[in-house]
Amino acid sequence: MLAAGAVSKRIGSRWILHRVSLSVPDGQVLGLFGPNGAGKTTLLRILALLARPTEGQVVLRPAGHGERLLEGPALRAHLGFLGHESYLDPRLTARENLSFYARLYDVPQSDRRVDELLDQVGLALFAHEPVRTFSRGMVQRLAMARTFLHRPSLLFLDEPLSGLDAQGAVVFEALLGEARAARASAVLVSHDVAAGWRLADRVAVLAGGELVLEGPASEIGPDRVQAEYRARAQSAERSRAAWSASHGRSA
Amino acid sequence: MVRFARKVGLIAFRELQAEARTKEAFVAMLVFALLVAVVFSFALNPGREAREEIFPGLLWVTFFFAGLLGLGRSFAGDRGFEPLGGLLLAPVDRAAIFFGKAAANLVLVGIVELAALPVFSAFFDIRLPLSDGRLWASLVLGTLGFILGGTFMAALAANARAAELLLPLLLFPVLVPVVIAAVQTTGGVLARALTEELAFGYRILVVYTVVFLAAPWLLFEYLLES
Repeated sequence: MLAAGAVSKRIGSRWILHRVSLSVPDGQVLGLFGPNGAGKTTLLRILALLARPTEGQVVLRPAGHGERLLEGPALRAHLGFLGHESYLDPRLTARENLSFYARLYDVPQSDRRVDELLDQVGLALFAHEPVRTFSRGMVQRLAMARTFLHRPSLLFLDEPLSGLDAQGAVVFEALLGEARAARASAVLVSHDVAAGWRLADRVAVLAGGELVLEGPASEIGPDRVQAEYRARAQSAERSRAAWSASHGRSA
Repeated sequence: MVRFARKVGLIAFRELQAEARTKEAFVAMLVFALLVAVVFSFALNPGREAREEIFPGLLWVTFFFAGLLGLGRSFAGDRGFEPLGGLLLAPVDRAAIFFGKAAANLVLVGIVELAALPVFSAFFDIRLPLSDGRLWASLVLGTLGFILGGTFMAALAANARAAELLLPLLLFPVLVPVVIAAVQTTGGVLARALTEELAFGYRILVVYTVVFLAAPWLLFEYLLES
């Protein structure tokens, strides 16, 4: 289970997030949508403990650990983060990258797990090639393998389908399905509302740093998410135009 | 503690393994150190006594500038990859990240120093007392202090814009005690000074090293978070 309570983040004088509260029970995926600059990536980084909130708190409780609160390295062992950066070393081969993370996370039978994942993401043939020779899609597949390598129970996925072809998307869905079956909780950020909604149990829309819509995916369809999304984007555009008109320069 | 040491070893090994593939930082450091030896030996052309006086200073300044080329890359990742983010997410103590990076830097700079030392000795015609343990103590403590302080400052500069420009500005003021003490002890050994005369310099090197061994345990967590 993961939860954010009234999380706010200020960078300089600008509030990026304003009192965002949400929770994701074990075994569920929250689809997080919103226009550019809504604060989705910042929220995800705060939830994954990569950034500190200015106000509010984050509670992360990996499945199977009851009410016990973990922190520090013990908690990070249960987190999986797939973001804009691959967190791979381009100078090393695909296998060396995964082996390094497997040892860092103390993954049991690490060699076998690495082979299994390389095979699953379709990179077994390129296992001994340096990552810097990979295409964008291949890097994303390897980053996906890195994310799921240690079987995390709290997943943070920022545009996970970006750069993936249809087959890559199928592999991602299979890996997410396995994690969900093992009662992992996930927050999935996507610009593709239809694809993100299909994978989500709950949906939320973030706009201007505030949570403007949240509920079960069965009750909030992709059309409503799209409509909210569009309305917020238009409202932001109108604000920008009004600001430009009153200040005589572009916002 | 064994677990901590294992993670430090893993991170250091990964750094060295990656550097061994491209040798970008290592070759730059080595070529820079050798070029300085050649250029200054022709440019200065001093007499015997002046040579002995400037040799320790020139040696250490060269090591520090050469090392800086490698330190600047410690926490910088290629765009779209950012391997440091993976370490921050991993179940390892933040201090293990620091010591892993520092250990890898120490190995690289140590190799460059060992390769450059005989070249400097030959070009400046200075016979190094290699059997004198005090010379090695000066080299090891000076390098250790430089690497620990340098790795710490490289982490501090990593989140800033133009990190590679900022690093020398942050690092050199902090390095002043090491520069003075390393030059003083190395120079003293070459001039066959008594050990008692060099004791203060060695003490500064030891204290500096201890400070930068302790600082990451207390501060590194905050240094890397945004």
